[in-house]
Amino acid sequence: MNVRRYIAAATSAVAVWALSATCAFAETNLEFIQWWEPEMPAGALRSIMDDFEAKNPGIKVTLVSGPYSATHDQIVVGAASGTLSDVVGLDGAWVNGLAKQGAIASMDSLMADAKYDQSQIADIIKVNGQSVMFPLASFVYPVFVNLDLAKAAGVDKMPANRTEFAAAAKKMTNADKNEYGWVLPLSLQNPGGIQNDVMSWVWASGASMLKDGKPDVENEAVVGTLEYVKSLQDAGVISPGIFAKKEQDKVEEFVNGRVGMMIDSLAHINLIRQRNPNLKFGISALPAVDGYTGKRGLPYASWGIGISNSTEHKAEAWKLVEYLMSPEVNGRLVSLANAFPGNVQAKPDFSKSDPLFEEAFKIFQSGHLANEFVGLPVAEDLMRDMNVEVQKMFDGQQTAKEAAANTQKQWLVDFAK
Amino acid sequence: MSLANEGLIVARTKMRKRGMLSYKTRKRLTPLFYVAPATFLFCLLMLFPMITVLRYSLMDGAIMKKDAAFIGLQNYETIFTDPVFWQSVGQTLYFTVMSVIFHLLIGLAFALLLNTQRVHPMIRSILRVLYILPWLFTAVIIAIIWRLLLDPNGVVNSILMTLHIVNSKVEWFSSTKTAIHALTFANIWAGYPLYMVSLLAGLQGIPKDLYEAAGIDGANEFQKFRYITIPQLMPIIISIALLDFIWTMQVFPLVWMTTGGGPIHSTEVLSTYTYKLAFSSYEFSQASASAIFILIISMGATYFYIKHQKAR
Repeated sequence: MNVRRYIAAATSAVAVWALSATCAFAETNLEFIQWWEPEMPAGALRSIMDDFEAKNPGIKVTLVSGPYSATHDQIVVGAASGTLSDVVGLDGAWVNGLAKQGAIASMDSLMADAKYDQSQIADIIKVNGQSVMFPLASFVYPVFVNLDLAKAAGVDKMPANRTEFAAAAKKMTNADKNEYGWVLPLSLQNPGGIQNDVMSWVWASGASMLKDGKPDVENEAVVGTLEYVKSLQDAGVISPGIFAKKEQDKVEEFVNGRVGMMIDSLAHINLIRQRNPNLKFGISALPAVDGYTGKRGLPYASWGIGISNSTEHKAEAWKLVEYLMSPEVNGRLVSLANAFPGNVQAKPDFSKSDPLFEEAFKIFQSGHLANEFVGLPVAEDLMRDMNVEVQKMFDGQQTAKEAAANTQKQWLVDFAK
Repeated sequence: MSLANEGLIVARTKMRKRGMLSYKTRKRLTPLFYVAPATFLFCLLMLFPMITVLRYSLMDGAIMKKDAAFIGLQNYETIFTDPVFWQSVGQTLYFTVMSVIFHLLIGLAFALLLNTQRVHPMIRSILRVLYILPWLFTAVIIAIIWRLLLDPNGVVNSILMTLHIVNSKVEWFSSTKTAIHALTFANIWAGYPLYMVSLLAGLQGIPKDLYEAAGIDGANEFQKFRYITIPQLMPIIISIALLDFIWTMQVFPLVWMTTGGGPIHSTEVLSTYTYKLAFSSYEFSQASASAIFILIISMGATYFYIKHQKAR
């Protein structure tokens, strides 16, 4: 009798173990690599993941977080070794390389299976016709104006076109007092200045540096922009040290009241307030060419999201992407990150944010996101090539036309790779 | 005993003999067992990555292409025909040679100063702390310090303009004419303490009676320095200069953090050139070829270093 009891007890124990083990095995653990968690308020992204897990029993999300550059290196290594996390935080500059490498998956079939309404997505980044990235949160780059410097210089309204900008920059420049109208960072370490501070002038006027997806750098709009920035340098309104200046130097000079205007990410508003609470500044859309009345392109950087091609849990990974892109969650996430939503139906709550965000949101809604480097092959390399040519132009070694022609030549080689 | 049993015993004995190593063999193998862990680690951490990089350098699109094919020396040909590569080689050599020379001169001068009895011990102690400070900073901190100091609105320009040495703000890191010199200067500042400490130890080890004998023979201070100090320090100087040459040739963070190789490639060195190929252009095969080139030059210097060490 006792033996039977023991056998029954043992059988029950085995059954319970098997059941729990099956549950454990059935649980999917998604790895999500991104650089956003350290840039958001502590615990904010984790709390969104906890909500996702609560709504999707059986899926757990492990956040793999790090600084931007370390995350980039980790993604490159992961893509090469086939160990990329299931869900991947992406920058537009990396997408093309990763897609061509086959490291990130096309989300077209996943969207089709889920009958996903694509019209709600602000932008879908495609490589070779395949949807590989959704910009989840966008950080637009308006013009920041030091209102005290502007007032002292007699600039009474935000510059709306290039002539007004040049005039305002000239008025705000006083080299004897180390004050300059504009700041332009063109360090080769991070060539993002080409995208944010130079080509943004082209997009703001509704023009393009591409034609049918191929380089078209020698067009009038690009050459005109290069000539315009060169004229600003010739007028002595740009803060010196352009070639070694990085984005953080640009912000630092603005914070210290040494420059009147800069093109910068909205994400820096809080930082500027913290560093110099007494600084009075405003924002406006990037000036367009004189007489332009169309919609303005707003340069932006984004937190993009994609799915690893090597993941065994594509369906679960898609659930997470879909969840983060949903109007409610997307609105919550961008409110926390002080960004603009990737879902056009999302309604971010900026009531607790800086008043300038409300203003920026109006600029955002009246224009359109424009960053033609997103999704291009070796985007960082393209920026660096152009940076070198623009530096040569500033150094007097070539004209704007020659800089554009040399960039075009180099870009064609890069595109052909 | 039956024939079958006999056979069994012979077989067992043979097996035992085969299983047991002879004393001679064991003696021969024992040292190998001692070095086995280090050899294993060397192969895993040094040899394997080196062979992998060498293999990548002979492939087309290593890492980026799943079906990367063997293409021989094409990647080497590509980088060797790139004028920016040769510009980087020239600038690397300038940066390295100037750094080594000035590290040695400044390190030796400070070591002599700290070794002399003519300076009060208290002042010597303070100077010792001050002079060694650059060694305590990481490359990132050094880059930030010099970026701030050499900013067009920085302290250096302010002093130079006050003293009327320059008339306008010099863009030290932002001008093609000055960037490589400014960068070399920052590296010299960061690296001399190693020489200073090593040479100071060497100076303190030179027997005093050599100087006394020279004094009796009528040698002046310069002659003592020329014929006693320098020859006595020479083994240290050669060792440290060779090591410094290898290290400086591979300097990356300082260059990257200050100029990023610019403006217009004027501070491009082999390390930044290789990094850009790998992480900006995603040309890992060409980056590997460039890395192998650096490895060969470093190995050349290492060969001389080892030869010198053996000679000692």
